[in-house]
Amino acid sequence: MIKVHSQDFDIDQEYQLLRESSPQIGAIVTFTGLVREFVQGDQTNVFLEHYPEMTEKILTSIIDQAKERWDIIQASVVHRIGHLTLGEQIVFVGVNSPHRQDAFQACEFIMDFLKTEAPFWKKEITNDGEFWVEAKNSDTDAKQRW
Amino acid sequence: MLRVLYFAKLSDELGTKGEALEWQDNFITINDVKNVLIQRGTPWDSTLEGDIMHALNHQIVQPEHRIADGDEIAFFPPVTGG
Repeated sequence: MIKVHSQDFDIDQEYQLLRESSPQIGAIVTFTGLVREFVQGDQTNVFLEHYPEMTEKILTSIIDQAKERWDIIQASVVHRIGHLTLGEQIVFVGVNSPHRQDAFQACEFIMDFLKTEAPFWKKEITNDGEFWVEAKNSDTDAKQRW
Repeated sequence: MLRVLYFAKLSDELGTKGEALEWQDNFITINDVKNVLIQRGTPWDSTLEGDIMHALNHQIVQPEHRIADGDEIAFFPPVTGG
């Protein structure tokens, strides 16, 4: 399941959806990303832009690739857009599987590919001005391991 | 006609989110479109010659990818979601 919206999400609700989907589930792994301290300037908030027609297609393709590689039953991605403040939830990835190793790895795989392929861009809005966040080499390196 | 879109930093620098571009018979790949845009001069050259990603009809592709009349091409900086 893929959701992209500006409003906050409820981790417990997302977890319950993953828990109830099949009696074969033996493991659920979830990841939540938050807005953290900015690199430049005094923080006020962050703005997330995306490419609406493309976002869901890319996320679906990333989940499909994870399903081909690991024994997972379902994967959920929730990503927020618009203005967010320090400490707010940005992204949720949840995976369920009969086995924990598959769930752990698939969750990391989805997150690593989301960071490098899903068309979202972050802008830090501070008292010193607005700065588009630069992509990090460490994110590209994280993807290479798969 | 091609639909050409620009996102994030690129859209800020170019001062537009996108445009409809007349199809030209010598267009073969995304690079051909990019070169036409770069020939507009500043800020198109410096912005499009940087480290950017390319999407064709909502899929990430290399700039050498072939294109056809009616396609949607997007230029954007490396993504920073999550």
